[in-house]
Amino acid sequence: MVTQVYAQEAAAPAEEHVEDAAHGATDTHADPTADTHATTEAHGGEHDSGVFPPFDPATFPSQLLWLAITFGALYVLMSKVALPRIGNILENRKSIVDADLAAADASRQKTDAAIAAYETALADARSKAQGIANETREKIQSDLASKRSAVEADLTAKVTEAETRIAATKRDALTHVDEIATETAQTVVGQIIGDVSADSVRAAVAKASKE
Amino acid sequence: MAGTDPIHQFVIQDMFPIHLGGDGTAGSGLNFSFTNSSLFMVATVAVISLYLILTTSAKSVIPGRAQLVSELLYGFVANMVKSAAGTAGMKFFPLVFSLFTFIFVANMFGMVPYFFTVTSHIIVTFALSMLVFLTVVIYGFVKNGPKFLKLFVPSGVPGYILPIVAPIEFISFMSRPISLSVRLFGNILAGHITLKVFTGFIVTMSSLGFLGILGSALPLIMAIALTGLEFLVGAVQAYVFAVLTCMYLNDAIHPSH
Repeated sequence: MVTQVYAQEAAAPAEEHVEDAAHGATDTHADPTADTHATTEAHGGEHDSGVFPPFDPATFPSQLLWLAITFGALYVLMSKVALPRIGNILENRKSIVDADLAAADASRQKTDAAIAAYETALADARSKAQGIANETREKIQSDLASKRSAVEADLTAKVTEAETRIAATKRDALTHVDEIATETAQTVVGQIIGDVSADSVRAAVAKASKE
Repeated sequence: MAGTDPIHQFVIQDMFPIHLGGDGTAGSGLNFSFTNSSLFMVATVAVISLYLILTTSAKSVIPGRAQLVSELLYGFVANMVKSAAGTAGMKFFPLVFSLFTFIFVANMFGMVPYFFTVTSHIIVTFALSMLVFLTVVIYGFVKNGPKFLKLFVPSGVPGYILPIVAPIEFISFMSRPISLSVRLFGNILAGHITLKVFTGFIVTMSSLGFLGILGSALPLIMAIALTGLEFLVGAVQAYVFAVLTCMYLNDAIHPSH
């Protein structure tokens, strides 16, 4: 009610001003609508609070005071409580995510290192196995070669020995051939002709074998 | 006809009278009464503060929906400040955040029928824009000293044009609080009046009988469309106010163009 009364009072000089202005503007033309217009405005003002509410200066102190109180409270609550808290939540999450990512990265690097180690170990083992196989093969081959050469040498020795023995036997046999021939001849001749001296038979056999 | 008066929604009513000074007669002194406007300012601040503080009280690493909304709001305004005013502008982040949420929630409250729209009064929007303007001017001079005046001297402009350019820059700078406040006030006021006028048509036409009821479908459709538009305008104006605040703050932080 207070504002309404005040507004009506405030409206009164404003109305006069409007009327003055209208008269001033339409002085030469003496436009009758100027009066009507001003009167209508004043008439409408009586129904409501007098002036258009957003332009009513009587409400300004209250609005300014309560805006200052509420907006000030909002600013304090936001800057001291809400925003730092949300900022902390976001920062905390970011650090957790970063730490997790770093841990994952470290694990991945560890895995990579393990794989690399495994592969080098595998390659080592393979080359070692190859080395052992080569060595064994060489050893076996050399063993085999030495054994073979030994056997071969043995065989050659045996062969030569046998050959010399055969030669000796042959020679022996050949020396006995004359004897046998002489004996045989002596016996044969003895059966046929009678006794002959062994010397003459031997000479005859020698003579015959020479021919 | 009082029910369809489009201006009635802006009337401020005392709810809890507080009068200071004056000679005891009605209308004298200063009226600091707790009004319907004050009620919705309190409601706006209460909704913002309670929502942000309650939803983040768990401080969960994996946010729920409610906490996520708070975080997204935080990120939205933080990005706005960072992109317009740089990292140095982050010291004004609480201010921009408070402005954006206050205007946004007040506009949304205004869309509820019978609720008072705080931002439909020029004194409120003007006070908010003066807050921004004074912050810019005071911080600009405190941080940059006389170099802050470089704001009116764009770099790369030849000396003989400066007498023309500098006054233009000065006028545009001084008109910022007016344009900032009138833009928000005008959008909200005009939107609410239009909405009220069209919904008033529905009531008036419906009282004219059968054909009137049929015809009232047209303003009804219009009112539905306007309601959607007003939600958009309320959100966009809060965003525009916040973005312009960031850009003005950027002038205070980096005065040379």
